[in-house]
Amino acid sequence: MIAVVAAATDVFRDVLSAEAMYESAMRFAIVLAFAAVGEWVAEKAGTLNISIEAMMIGGAYTAAVTWGAFDMVPVALVAGVTAGIVVALAQAHLSHQLTIDQFVVGLTLNLFVLGLALFLDSRWKAVTSVVKPTRIPLLADIPLVGNALFGQPWPMYLIVPLVPAAWWLVFRTRWGLEVRSVGDNPQSADVSGIHVNRRRREAIMVAGACSGLGGGVLVLGQISISGYEPGHVGLKGIIAIAAVIFGGWTLRGTVVGCIVFGYFFALQQTLPVLGYRINAQLAASLPYVVALLVTAVFATRTRQPRALAQPFVRGLA
Amino acid sequence: MTATISSPGSSTGPSTAASTAKLVGLYVLAVAIALALSAALIAVTGGPWRKVFTALIDGSVRNPGRWGDTLTEAAPLLIVALGAIITARAGLVNIGQEGQLAVGAATAAYVATNGSGPLVLIGALVAGFVGGALWAGIAALLRYWRKVPEVISTLLLVFVASQGTGYLLTRTFLLLDDDPNKPNRVQTSGQLDPDTRIGFIRIFGNEFPWSVVLAVVLTVAVALLMNRSIWGFRLTVLGRNARTAQRIGVPVVIAGASALALSGAFAGFAGAVMFAAGSANYRYTPGFANNIGWEGLLVALVARNRPLACIPVALVFGALRTGSGFLAATGVERSIVDVVRSLLVLALLVPPAVIAIQRRRVTPPPAPVSTDEPVVAVAR
Repeated sequence: MIAVVAAATDVFRDVLSAEAMYESAMRFAIVLAFAAVGEWVAEKAGTLNISIEAMMIGGAYTAAVTWGAFDMVPVALVAGVTAGIVVALAQAHLSHQLTIDQFVVGLTLNLFVLGLALFLDSRWKAVTSVVKPTRIPLLADIPLVGNALFGQPWPMYLIVPLVPAAWWLVFRTRWGLEVRSVGDNPQSADVSGIHVNRRRREAIMVAGACSGLGGGVLVLGQISISGYEPGHVGLKGIIAIAAVIFGGWTLRGTVVGCIVFGYFFALQQTLPVLGYRINAQLAASLPYVVALLVTAVFATRTRQPRALAQPFVRGLA
Repeated sequence: MTATISSPGSSTGPSTAASTAKLVGLYVLAVAIALALSAALIAVTGGPWRKVFTALIDGSVRNPGRWGDTLTEAAPLLIVALGAIITARAGLVNIGQEGQLAVGAATAAYVATNGSGPLVLIGALVAGFVGGALWAGIAALLRYWRKVPEVISTLLLVFVASQGTGYLLTRTFLLLDDDPNKPNRVQTSGQLDPDTRIGFIRIFGNEFPWSVVLAVVLTVAVALLMNRSIWGFRLTVLGRNARTAQRIGVPVVIAGASALALSGAFAGFAGAVMFAAGSANYRYTPGFANNIGWEGLLVALVARNRPLACIPVALVFGALRTGSGFLAATGVERSIVDVVRSLLVLALLVPPAVIAIQRRRVTPPPAPVSTDEPVVAVAR
């Protein structure tokens, strides 16, 4: 018993004192945060948007291919955002105009985009190199966390303006007010003249843009050494949804959730580097198990948008 | 409410026939668009799209012995779809069949490789059933105890299942084959004993396991249970309106959780059937589920949750699977089939939705003046 505790503290100390761990956790957290912020906006409007996964896959592949073709990071990121928005257009119009079940649409889109990316990858191979980290002088020299916070490839820093922008959009604009009302009480919103399904569609577009960008950053920000792989996104979109649940549908909590999940993704990557022999499969499933546990703890305690995942149809139908 | 009840009397005859014709027309159009888009995609990427479609048909039905294979592939798809229908009826969304199938197949493999005797096959099938049910039961528990959306938990469990069953294959006391002369270095489970495999039926040079017949029998049984039994009725009420269900005495938690577990059980059973019918040479291997879980779910979606309609859809999807095996000759990557399939699904989702929207718009509101239909009746 004592030996186990001692071993655990050993691991804990090693992990906490490894600079690589902080860097890696930060990267995963930032990528998750792009998607989670978008998902948060969509959920505020009442859509439990599982095609966030498809948006990320689309963004990742498109950004990788564009980067291979033009070798310009901004162009690649714009391409990723565009791909995310295209997927969002499909999701939004199928689920909030034709009112097909949002999960049915989301699942089908996930499989569609995954297959499409896989197929296109066989024709137009996405070859990516690595965006070099931008080190902010002095700050990046802080021991342990310096490189994690101030030595990332520059697309990663886009998350810094994005989070406050999302907050401002949802809490300080008329559009945001309408989005929140649509997510909480669509009938009342409708009566007061708000176009419920249009607001929901627009919120999904925001989610598409953010997670498309997240997909792009995932590829360009060098999370794995080998560059783009078809299975790269690997349900990270779903983890982003879990982060929103973890955060109790608050933006701050969502970001914290991303950091928690980023930490567990990083563990799987860093523990072998630190010399610990862990089973690859168990380590790989760790973030997903943690996501299950975390949602189990937090899903009840907090207040979700009251009309979350409920379709809106005008009238009494 | 009164308007919708009173109006059909006057408008059923011609308008339903017209809307059926319109629905069929829209379906044809949608499928045509989906196929055209797929062809365009192949052409744009420099592939011979005509050859691709020919290869798909050759590989699925036309070449000798192929339609038997198609039936073999369609059987697990059908079983998975039946499970998906059960949860959909109860108003729940189980999208983790891929994981439940893997767990079911792994438990079946465990029982099959550790047990002996003539009853091993039945034991393995039951084990698959139970394994899938337990795996979906986790999601049910989280749903009703901790209010975790089952959409999220079932999806996360897919990943955990594929990694977890992969782990089972790394230990000989769990699933890894302990035969020192195993054929290759890939980690697989032990092989199912030849005497206890699912038998094959041979007709016209095609062969398929009797599990195909079983799947059809199950479909009829589920259709009857859904539409003719008290249980099915209760599930339907639960799915339509949980509060009403509670008022008429449906035990909401038990009914919902058992529906979720039962759908997992069907997926697990499908996995066990695949294992015992030799889909991976009678072994459990990494990546055993091979998208059957996802595709079975899509079958249920396309069939709009009607069990009998799943049979033709499962056949088409099975044909796409076997047909994709012939694509290598055309030089087009077989993942094009994933694209074709999901485009077809998207296309088939749209027409009923369009019709429903139009009907909603046309339905006359209570005031008699506002639409033309009653006016026409008065004029006559």
